[in-house]
Amino acid sequence: MESLTLSDVEQKYYSELFLSCDVDNTKKVASNGKVLDLFRAAQLSNEVVLQITELCGATRLGHFGRSQFYIALKLIALAQSGMPLRVETLNSVRDLPLPRFVMGKNEQEPRHAVMFADAENQGHYFPRPPLRVQAKKVSAHEMIQPCVPTADPQPDTTSPVVSPHQSPPTSPHAWRKHKRQASGGNVDRQPSVPGVVWPSFREAQPGPVTGDGMWSAHSPPPVQETWVSFTDTPPSSTLPMHPPSAQPESTTVRTGMSAMITNEIQRQTSGYDDPWKITDEQRQYYINQFKTIQPDLTGLIPGSAAKEFFTKSKLPILELSHIWELSDFDKDGALTLDEFCAAFHLVVARKNGYDLPEKLPESLMPKLIDLDDSAGVPEPATEVSFSASPVEVTPNKSPSMPSLNQNWPELNQNNEQWETFSERSSSSQTLTQFDSNIAPADPDTAIVHPVPIRMTPSKIHMQEMELKRTGSDHTHPTSPLMANPPELSDETKLAASIKFPGTSVGDGYSSSDSFTSDQEPISSAVNRQRSHSGTSPEGLKVVAPPPPPPRPHASHSRSSSLDMNRNFAAVPAAGSQQPGVVAFPPAVPPRPLPTQTSVPHGHRSVEGDGLPAHTSTSPHQMPEQPNFADFSQFQAFAVDQPEDDEENPSDSGQAERCPEAAGTMRTTKNDVQAEERNATTVNSAKVSTPLAPPPKPVRRRLKSEDELRPDVEDLPQKSNVIATVLATQPSIPRSIGKDKKAIQASIRRNKETNTVLARLNSELQQQLKDLLEERISLEVQLEQLRPFSHL
Amino acid sequence: MAVCIAVIAKENYPLYIRSVPTQGELKFHYTVHTSLDVVEEKISGVGKALADQRELYLGLLYPTEDYKVYGYVTNSKVKFVIVVDSSNASLRDNEIRSMFRKLHNSFTDVMCNPFYNPGDPIQSKAFDSIVSAMMVQAC
Repeated sequence: MESLTLSDVEQKYYSELFLSCDVDNTKKVASNGKVLDLFRAAQLSNEVVLQITELCGATRLGHFGRSQFYIALKLIALAQSGMPLRVETLNSVRDLPLPRFVMGKNEQEPRHAVMFADAENQGHYFPRPPLRVQAKKVSAHEMIQPCVPTADPQPDTTSPVVSPHQSPPTSPHAWRKHKRQASGGNVDRQPSVPGVVWPSFREAQPGPVTGDGMWSAHSPPPVQETWVSFTDTPPSSTLPMHPPSAQPESTTVRTGMSAMITNEIQRQTSGYDDPWKITDEQRQYYINQFKTIQPDLTGLIPGSAAKEFFTKSKLPILELSHIWELSDFDKDGALTLDEFCAAFHLVVARKNGYDLPEKLPESLMPKLIDLDDSAGVPEPATEVSFSASPVEVTPNKSPSMPSLNQNWPELNQNNEQWETFSERSSSSQTLTQFDSNIAPADPDTAIVHPVPIRMTPSKIHMQEMELKRTGSDHTHPTSPLMANPPELSDETKLAASIKFPGTSVGDGYSSSDSFTSDQEPISSAVNRQRSHSGTSPEGLKVVAPPPPPPRPHASHSRSSSLDMNRNFAAVPAAGSQQPGVVAFPPAVPPRPLPTQTSVPHGHRSVEGDGLPAHTSTSPHQMPEQPNFADFSQFQAFAVDQPEDDEENPSDSGQAERCPEAAGTMRTTKNDVQAEERNATTVNSAKVSTPLAPPPKPVRRRLKSEDELRPDVEDLPQKSNVIATVLATQPSIPRSIGKDKKAIQASIRRNKETNTVLARLNSELQQQLKDLLEERISLEVQLEQLRPFSHL
Repeated sequence: MAVCIAVIAKENYPLYIRSVPTQGELKFHYTVHTSLDVVEEKISGVGKALADQRELYLGLLYPTEDYKVYGYVTNSKVKFVIVVDSSNASLRDNEIRSMFRKLHNSFTDVMCNPFYNPGDPIQSKAFDSIVSAMMVQAC
């Protein structure tokens, strides 16, 4: 053969064309059919074409080798430029323009044909293109067997017209086949060529990619238009896709489509933005393929089946492995429908020359399944594959994707975490609600604690207490009360909720009030204290540790205790239910408050209590303790008390508290406490008892606040109870005999209170344990979920 | 943290080995190879106790003056070996465990890939990235 010197441009162009014709991917021989098509696309007469083929030696060889092909191309250029076809002129002509092939060499040619068919704009030309395309598609049908169809195009012309509508599903294949050729060409091309070719190729590819989807349903001409536009571009830049199979059709179509070019181009370009987008047609095709493997669309394709399926695509195993890694989103070794479509799409893209993305594109991410494990792991930029420029496409998508994909697993896992989180948070909300129940108590306690309580009983205080009792004015002008404005506010709240035991004003106290089975007509303070004290065994275990009664000054407490002791001693175990006795044994911190609170009880109960301690604390305790109702009793009792003050100052104090407690229906804890106190006080020498209560309040602090408050409250309550008991007794215990009875009764009651308090304590402890366990389990859950986020 | 990470198959041939200082690879390869003896010794020491008793994390296999070698073996006798620089004193055992856990998870993902034949060298990019992340930390 004559040596053929080709310019660089020519070289590139010819190589592209050759590769486009290299259906068999042999890189050596251009299929005759393709070549002939290409030649025909050159708009040369058949005789010229025949002459060219003869000249280039193809007829001699029987096939188009690369050199023959190149010669033929050059001859075509010659012919197109109007020069005589002479082999000798091949090398002599220097400025021979590149051979032009109508309809471009886009691989969409066949698609063109199909589109033409679909568009039904062109009549007689349709049969061929669709056939050709159809043949290709048919070949493609065979599970991505690209090489096979090459034979088909030849008999295309005579094959019956295949409905173009069948093509769309196969379009990916055909298209893929074409792409393959193109990709093969890409690989062979010089690096510069890809750089030149890729942009247009890429454009074309997304076009076809989306165009494929648009195939049957949408206007083929638009795609064709883009193709046509491609052909308008310098031939070197046009990708030598498949030779225009239907040259005449293309021409006709082209003429018809010119109007749609711009629109379609724009549409195509829009499609370029997301080259990974699966069109409906493609998806439908993928779904059909999925069905062939797995009839159940909601089922999974096992890895082995998928492996066989995708191996047919003739992609390297490494690439298939990478595709699998990208598409198997949940890493379960099986493909769902979405995953399968994504994998298929990636295969298709890869065969068309697209480099595989490092991360699964967003559009390919399975949406139907929970996105947990990452399908696309962030990979180093230095991807192993393939040509550099195509990566532009993927980075185009992946720049946003990588971060997205990177975040996906975490996000997904986080989602899961979040999902579980939400669940947990809901539970934690319950917990928090739980805590909130307690929390209010704490502030109350905090508030309550610092409240200085006037220990000196006075009529004023009593009046104030009465006022408080009425619940009208909780903002006591009294100094101790003033010191606890928040307390008062709480009290107001409590007062408001007094009548509604069940209502929980969001205040632990009030809620606790509701829980406490206290008598209705109980002042808010009493309620609160009741709640505090009791956290009645009934329910409020965790809620609202009763606010510690206002801490009386040490002296006051002392005095109050003294008073109480005296009262207790005087009132032998009169207090019936005086919980909180248990509180006594535990060391109570020398907080004045508890005793103060206890004292006020007594103080409140006692009208004009002679005991300074009582009175000092009572007013303060008044707001806290909803003992208002008891005042009547107290007062009534207190009326009696003064009588006995002399003899039983402590008793009076007790009596004060007893009725108060009784009236308040303090929790049994309080009663117990009171009983304890009473008992202790009673037990000890009347005068010597003063020492007992102080230690009890001290002990009380060491105990939980719950008990503290109830204890403190219990004290007065107990005293009240004792007082009530005493009152209930037929004769006011004055004599020592009575005291003994009272003592015994108080002992009994104290014991009861003890048991009740102990039970309450155990219940609280159990609750605490449960909560801690819950917390631990949640933490464990969190820990278990946290590692996933790291992966 | 890790200067070298290796995955050794059941038959004690490497499936994957990667070192940070690419120049000293041979040294790390040798280290990993010698560590296999220690691994074998540890996993054979279990004796009657079967795999469920055996801890996957083998811990520090042996320290040298330059680095420490940690081992981890899966239930299928695939061994992971991590070589860390001794100068990284702050590397806690938990961190090593977490690294092994990540490795194990990535390895599982690789295994799940139907296109991966067990026994082939691991060429998964995802696995590479995980390993790189762990070794980049070392830097």
